[in-house]
Amino acid sequence: MSQDIVQDSLEAPLGATAERQAVVSAAGATPGKDWVIVTRGIKREYDMGGEIVRALRGVDLAIRRNEYVAIMGPSGSGKSTLMNVIGCLDTPNAGEYWLNGTQVSKMSDDALARVRNKEIGFVFQTFNLLPRASALHNVELPLVYAGVPGDERRRRAKEALERVQLGARIDHRPNELSGGQRQRVAIARALVNNPSILLADEPTGNLDSQTSEEIMRVFESLADQGQTVIMVTHEPDIAAHARRVIVLRDGLVASDERRSTFVEKLGITTG
Amino acid sequence: MPFLEAVRLALQQIWVQKLKSFFTLLGVMIGVTFLIAVVSIVGGMSRYMTDTLVGKIIALNSFEVRQRPKINFQMTEERWRELNRRPRIKLDDVAPIAAALPSDARWAAYNVAQLPGESRFTARPKQLRVFTVTSDYFGIKRMEPVSGRLFNQQEYERGRNVIVVGQDVASHFFEGLDPVGRELTVRGLPYTIVGVMEKQGSVFGQSLDQFIVAPMTSPLNRVVAPHDVVAAVIVQAPSREAITTEMEAAREVLRVRHHLRPNQPDNFALETSDSALEFWNKIKSYLVIAGVALPAIGLVVGAIVIMNIMLVAVAERTREIGIRKSLGARRRDIMSQFLVESATLSTFGAALGVLTGFAFAKIIAMLSPLPAAVELWSVFLGVSIGAGVGVIAGVYPASRASRLDPITALRAET
Repeated sequence: MSQDIVQDSLEAPLGATAERQAVVSAAGATPGKDWVIVTRGIKREYDMGGEIVRALRGVDLAIRRNEYVAIMGPSGSGKSTLMNVIGCLDTPNAGEYWLNGTQVSKMSDDALARVRNKEIGFVFQTFNLLPRASALHNVELPLVYAGVPGDERRRRAKEALERVQLGARIDHRPNELSGGQRQRVAIARALVNNPSILLADEPTGNLDSQTSEEIMRVFESLADQGQTVIMVTHEPDIAAHARRVIVLRDGLVASDERRSTFVEKLGITTG
Repeated sequence: MPFLEAVRLALQQIWVQKLKSFFTLLGVMIGVTFLIAVVSIVGGMSRYMTDTLVGKIIALNSFEVRQRPKINFQMTEERWRELNRRPRIKLDDVAPIAAALPSDARWAAYNVAQLPGESRFTARPKQLRVFTVTSDYFGIKRMEPVSGRLFNQQEYERGRNVIVVGQDVASHFFEGLDPVGRELTVRGLPYTIVGVMEKQGSVFGQSLDQFIVAPMTSPLNRVVAPHDVVAAVIVQAPSREAITTEMEAAREVLRVRHHLRPNQPDNFALETSDSALEFWNKIKSYLVIAGVALPAIGLVVGAIVIMNIMLVAVAERTREIGIRKSLGARRRDIMSQFLVESATLSTFGAALGVLTGFAFAKIIAMLSPLPAAVELWSVFLGVSIGAGVGVIAGVYPASRASRLDPITALRAET
């Protein structure tokens, strides 16, 4: 059971805490359709040369469809590890992780790869585009691994790039694009297969403040269109763009509040 | 990832690093080159031996009854002495041998020697291969005149001083003239030319057209061989199968005439084209061993090179592998990506090897009497082995790539 979950105010549009608590405590039960992510007591430990590092000590999360969540924390809080677990890049040592009604915490490597392909759209701090492929081909990649035939693939990739205002740059290589454009290609790639969640790891870490705002606006509009967005960051002003902020500390959830509360507490002004 | 995608990706990779890719596939290329070249040389020689060489020296479906075999490759001192001790085939042996053969067999006897000839039209004498023959010789050897005619019945019976000549003889002694009707002198005696024979060609660079032929009954026989011997009796069977029976018949006759006991070996030779080929087959087996060993070495080296280059490639593209995995590539997708890459690389190398093997064989055929023609099956073998080598060499690197942890891989430099 996690500690110190701060009470939401009753007008919270994100659903009552009581509901979340209920879902999280029902060990073994399949969560309802509305819940995209449910984690129950996620633990993740590593053996670092004899010493055991407990990165996650029992994390409970309940995230509904169409939420825009920021997961915040200082380095060492376990936020990267949590992101890896949520993104199905890593499996927890203990606990349950339900993604869209399926328990993925005990899946095989191949099955996890399928889930990553279909349900998760990653956006990385360092963009992680293939340097020698065009923007179009980069965006096509998830569809390649999904087995989509060539023509349909190209069409969908083109559409995705147009949605992020890069329709005129589809044949450019990453090194011919600015940082902001590269991140937008990455976003298009993340969305091309219509994933359940867009999972962004420090998406503005390598961008200047103006471009960062640009990208934050893209996320905002995606959230407005119904996409579930989960953003991991250590910067409070970036986190403040989300509508719900979960703070991790030492492998546990330290706080979980709406934006207004979070902003108020920290005295941040956002645009 | 669908196969064609993977192949396209692989070709792209190869193209991006052309020089490096070239050096990587060099080993496979050399191995396949050797394969193609050796097979074409051995194949060409084999065909040459069976079709040309042996067909010209020993006629088809025939055997010769001789004192010693015409084609001897393993001459030792002892064998030389044994051969010299043997009795010669006698003129008197011919009739009994002929009598023992079935009626559909053809036979002829001949003598042969190397003698100088002269004519009025040129001061230079020339060494000639002089044959004296019985009448069916031309039929068995399938030799036709291109001008003039062969000997007639009377010339055989009376032993007239008539000869037919080969093309080189005609052009040497009677350049620009029609030799028919003119005379050639051998050992002081003139012989009238009644015909010029068609071109026989050459064997390993030696011309077969420097001959003259006379009836065995003619005076020329006296200077070619002792009067009561023949160099050989050629027997031609109507089919390959009949050769054995006829050989046995001839063998029986001669063994009786030579008073051989059952446990004594033949002191004469019954030489078919097969026995001449036997030696070639032995040589061929050695060449085949070389033809397997050399390419094998090249291919093993090629495989090692490819494996190492692929390991480097995997290390250099660790981050790329992490990216692909994060997007949903399964282990087998990564595995097949790299396997296809190494297989494409080595197949490419094999294809190049086929081209250079071709060129190699062509050059050898041009610069030497060795005939070398590329055999299609060796091309298929070369390319498939090439592809196979790439797959085998790529298994370990591809498997390592597929087992990379995506989280660690994403943190890598490239």
